[in-house]
Amino acid sequence: MPEQPGKNAIEVRGVRKVFGTGENQVAALDTVSVSIRENEFFTLLGPSGCGKTTLLRLIAGFDFPTAGEILLHGQDIAPLPPYKRPVNTVFQSYALFPHMTVAQNIGFGLEMLGKPKAEIEARVAQMLKLVKMEALKARRTSQISGGQQQRVALARALAPQPKVLLLDEPLSALDYKLRKEMQIELKRLQNETGITFIFVTHDQEEALTMSDRIAVMSAGKILQVGTPRDIYDRPAERFVADFIGETNFLPGTVVSKQGGVATVKFASSATISAGYPEGFNPTGEVTLVVRPEHADLVPDPTKGTITGTLSNIVYFGTDTHFHVKLDGDGENFIVRHQNSRSSAVTYETGAKVGIQFEEDAARVLKD
Amino acid sequence: MTTAALSSAPLSKAALFEAQAVKTSARRNRLLSLPALIIIGIFGVLPLVIICVYSFLVAAPYGGVQWQFSTDAYLNFLFQRDIFDDTLQFTPDFLIIYLRSFLFAVVTTIICLLLGFPTAYFMATRPPAQRNWWVLLITIPFWSNLLVRTLAIMFIIRDEGLINNALLALGVIDRPITMLYTNFAIQLGLLYAFLPFMVLPLYSSLEKLDFRLVEAAYDLYATRRQVLWRVIIPLSKPGIIAGCLLVFIPALGAYVTPLILGGGVHLMIGDLIAQQFGSGRNWPLGCAQALILMAAVLVALYFYVRNTSGKVQHG
Repeated sequence: MPEQPGKNAIEVRGVRKVFGTGENQVAALDTVSVSIRENEFFTLLGPSGCGKTTLLRLIAGFDFPTAGEILLHGQDIAPLPPYKRPVNTVFQSYALFPHMTVAQNIGFGLEMLGKPKAEIEARVAQMLKLVKMEALKARRTSQISGGQQQRVALARALAPQPKVLLLDEPLSALDYKLRKEMQIELKRLQNETGITFIFVTHDQEEALTMSDRIAVMSAGKILQVGTPRDIYDRPAERFVADFIGETNFLPGTVVSKQGGVATVKFASSATISAGYPEGFNPTGEVTLVVRPEHADLVPDPTKGTITGTLSNIVYFGTDTHFHVKLDGDGENFIVRHQNSRSSAVTYETGAKVGIQFEEDAARVLKD
Repeated sequence: MTTAALSSAPLSKAALFEAQAVKTSARRNRLLSLPALIIIGIFGVLPLVIICVYSFLVAAPYGGVQWQFSTDAYLNFLFQRDIFDDTLQFTPDFLIIYLRSFLFAVVTTIICLLLGFPTAYFMATRPPAQRNWWVLLITIPFWSNLLVRTLAIMFIIRDEGLINNALLALGVIDRPITMLYTNFAIQLGLLYAFLPFMVLPLYSSLEKLDFRLVEAAYDLYATRRQVLWRVIIPLSKPGIIAGCLLVFIPALGAYVTPLILGGGVHLMIGDLIAQQFGSGRNWPLGCAQALILMAAVLVALYFYVRNTSGKVQHG
């Protein structure tokens, strides 16, 4: 559908946002630059207070950047008030108008744009169908459930056909099952409407399952931007690795480097080859990151790259986590096994075990 | 209810106790409202009954009433009996005072709303810690007596008052502008007296307003004006209604302000009624005038509430 597949919907260039004055100054965003492509499901992921909502509010126009520019299809929108930006928001609190019906809420944006009545009605009907709320269109927003309010909020924001839809933790108020449903629903809506979605969340699982690309944020900075697989398999920084999924950190020493792959020696003098982020030159003492499912347990310690004692076994239904206390520094290392009907070996706590690594399992972190 | 449904056959002792407890607590609640009901009965309903009865009696020559049924008081409201041929002649004097009082009250309400809304909005959008200070400032006038404050206005606007002296000294005018004992003075006094009664209910409504809704409206292409008319005003309607009632009704019956600032020349209903019990020595007429005022207010209220509440306050 897009004429130029790589075209940017939103470009954030060197944006800084400082709140407060004098000694109370807080930089909510510290010179952030990021490009969001057209028709992309882009997620801003980070813990609370990392600046992700601030960035979203700057794009929406509720706040104005202290420095830098925000381009929408190449045009600087930073000085425009929110009602002049072809961008709509789904609020965390939904912010539905309590004095209007479901249909009136959905039609509000179009009405404010001065669209003819017939067009508004047709579009509202279409939106009601899209979010499956036709039956409740005459209800007050106080008379529908949280999940339904969520759908109305989505329909209301989509009705004016914005260039970009901003979603500020829209699923955080829903219970687990409804959240799962809405995740799929959101993906479907994004596919059907072809609108660029910018989604803010602190839930890494939500980010991984829904996004085309993720920007991981911390303390007002974007640490890494990439596809979910990039972010998960090739975290650039310790914070990213730690924030997303479970992670093992292993200390080691770089022995040699060749073509983006370093050979790292453990304390036990075993070695492993590990990739490292582009433009980073690892030397000396480094930290390796290994995902629990990229390592394997072997009953014979001599066959493991590193060895340890099994300290705990946690059963999760779909998989089992083995906690291994490593020989030498005594660090905890977690190995995840997917459970199957015929698990060949049974382990017991206290047993000596070895840990093997899959190829490319380890990455050198820049920290 | 669920207890009864689950074990309906042998009504358990617990359920019985519960029912008993509900009954006693209801009775206790009714008892708690008794003092208020007694006060309302003695000082609200009883005087109203007396007024109603007196309005159908004949005035005694030196004040008070003679126990003799008559509808003269109501007739005298609109007509005057000719002394010579005993015919009734239409005299709109009282009616004019009533209409003028309504006009004063309506203008007071509208101007108070126009001044009070931005004020209340300003207060409601301050940081929470500051808001109580603003409320305190608004209530400062209540700390002194209305009579004293009205006299103060008199000193400000009279011919040798603050305003005229200042303007004269500055050479803006060469002879004082007459403000005291005019309609302007009454209007000013009413505005001053009732503005806080508008601001406070508006503030309490606006303070509860979810400003995220305002953001949402901006986000959906509403301009400032549209946000005001489509979101803020509809959502603060309870405060607007309360404020208008709290200003309009007392303004209509205002007594002290028009008496002092109008100099007894520009009467309002309150002064007119008071006159009947004082120099007029016509208690039945005063009672009738009071009841006519009450009836008019009730009718006006009925239409006002019906027109304003229906549209918005469903949810």
